[in-house]
Amino acid sequence: MINFLILPLLIPFLTGILLIFFARNVVIQRWITAFSAFFNVIIAFMLVQKVRNDGIQTLDVSSWQAPFGITLVSDMLSALLVLTTTIIAFTSVIYSFRSIGIEREKYFYYPALNFLIVGVIGAFTTGDIFNLFVFFEVLLMASYVLLVLGGTKIQLRETIKYILVNVISSALFVIAVAYLYSVVGTLNMAHISVRLSELGQSGLITVIAVLFLIVFGLKGGIFPLYFWLPGSYYAPPAPVMAMFGALLTKVGVYAIMRTYTLFFIHDTGYTHQLLMILTIITIIVGVIGAIAFSDIKKIIIYNIIVAVGVILFGVSVMTPDSLAGSVFYLIHDMIIKAGLFLLIGIIIAITGTSDLRKISGLIKRYPGLGWAFFLAALVLAGIPPFSGFVGKVLIVKGGFESEHYWGAGIVLASSLLVLFSIMKIFINGFWGTPQDYKGEDKVPVRKLLIAPVILVTISVLYGAGSEFIFPYISQAAETLANPGIYIDAVLKEW
Amino acid sequence: MKPNDVILHSVTKVAVFIILTFSIYLFFGGHHNPGGGFIGGLSVASGLVLLYLTFDIETVRRNIPVDFKKVAAFGVLIAIFTGASSLLFDKPFLNQAYGYFNLPIFGKTELATAVIFDVGVALAVIGTAVTIILSISEDG
Repeated sequence: MINFLILPLLIPFLTGILLIFFARNVVIQRWITAFSAFFNVIIAFMLVQKVRNDGIQTLDVSSWQAPFGITLVSDMLSALLVLTTTIIAFTSVIYSFRSIGIEREKYFYYPALNFLIVGVIGAFTTGDIFNLFVFFEVLLMASYVLLVLGGTKIQLRETIKYILVNVISSALFVIAVAYLYSVVGTLNMAHISVRLSELGQSGLITVIAVLFLIVFGLKGGIFPLYFWLPGSYYAPPAPVMAMFGALLTKVGVYAIMRTYTLFFIHDTGYTHQLLMILTIITIIVGVIGAIAFSDIKKIIIYNIIVAVGVILFGVSVMTPDSLAGSVFYLIHDMIIKAGLFLLIGIIIAITGTSDLRKISGLIKRYPGLGWAFFLAALVLAGIPPFSGFVGKVLIVKGGFESEHYWGAGIVLASSLLVLFSIMKIFINGFWGTPQDYKGEDKVPVRKLLIAPVILVTISVLYGAGSEFIFPYISQAAETLANPGIYIDAVLKEW
Repeated sequence: MKPNDVILHSVTKVAVFIILTFSIYLFFGGHHNPGGGFIGGLSVASGLVLLYLTFDIETVRRNIPVDFKKVAAFGVLIAIFTGASSLLFDKPFLNQAYGYFNLPIFGKTELATAVIFDVGVALAVIGTAVTIILSISEDG
């Protein structure tokens, strides 16, 4: 079936629309959302297998041949990211049942959640630069709704900031696409790549490359452009925060990966050098933030920034090893960040605060939560059997091979500080004298734990089975390292 | 003293018909002339907004008893199903089918599934625009 790769996009879209008709009936909404999210995981898994067996899948929407219509492309990277997205969506949905509250659920929470997934999956799947913009807008609009839904004071304030930043960055995106279109005269990503290699990299194209870096850097939170992220991600409830932290910045990261491995590869001396410097500073800034705060949400939020830096450092090095490492680390980080946000969501629900100094001795009463958090912390820091390890090893190896000793050294050192920041939560929050918290008996901890435990289990298996998973990763990295594969798949007989 | 806006009422009753007719004209003209689902839907919405301005919200709601949120959702649903119907025929998503038919009054007419997609767009635009106007006009 030629339309197979559009199914992961179509299913949440249809679900989201159907749910609007059942706005008042929360039980039906939950069932439909959970069922469709689970079904979508299976579909996405089949898509990964299909890409593995048959190579890159492309679909020329509405039968127009490749450079003229919109092409949807599912190479291994995008298929894996789609699978990860559906898993995170499913776990966030089942976590929402017990935590988000009936008031939010009545006011289109699940439709907005589904549209967010449509936007993310669409952005991962599209093969057209303007279509990428449209899917960015789809996911951003849904994220505005999810961020403001509930209408508490902090949400309103942070939503204004978030919308302002994203409207500006979207306008910049349009301007960047307009510049690129005026140079190459096409919007299809494979065709842009062909045209750019015919033109060679003039100064104008380098300017456009930097403009794209600014645009996607604003979305993804790299060094001078991350300023909006800590505040905005602090505001929403835990499952929304998990999806934001796991998916939204990673779409920006994916877009940088795509453009910097497919378009701007002819003069890497300037653009990739710039990217590398920015990512290294991003890592340093993120680590400083993660150590400095004693607020558990802020610690995890700054860890997002560290991870964005690490992934993009691998991209900027551009060796096959480091690209494979980036892909591996990207998927690892999406899963474990979602898991960590859901876990600290439970901690905040129990204690009623996110201030680390007011929390202690949780492990006495909640051993399951404690050990799940401990495992998640080890996975995040990249202790050898777990999944953060393989990605980082490959990135560091790539860095040393191409003689970027400083960068690779900072990536290594960042692991230590990330471990320190996350263990600070474990040691201060879970050890020590147990306390009584107001209203903790009302929190259904066991039921809430299901979703993060699924995620932590997946990420442990992901690390332990990296031998089995690595062929998929290297297939993804091969397409990144060698854009000819992508171009041939999209522009048949060009 | 209650203001007497009989002139506004009488003019609106005529003008709304003209506006709605014009928006349907715009809507169907979209394939060969400027127009289409977006502008057609927006001008239908402007006609409805004129009704809301002239008469009060309760009166209009009694006479047009639809939930415009659901109109918008229904519009998107139509658009998805037009696109997804091509999955049944193993054609790429959003594939357009068209043909020429001899209709009783219009004679030889080109009918395309893109029009159904446009109906979806128009309904989505109407639903969204009217929902925005109604929700900012209500208290609370």
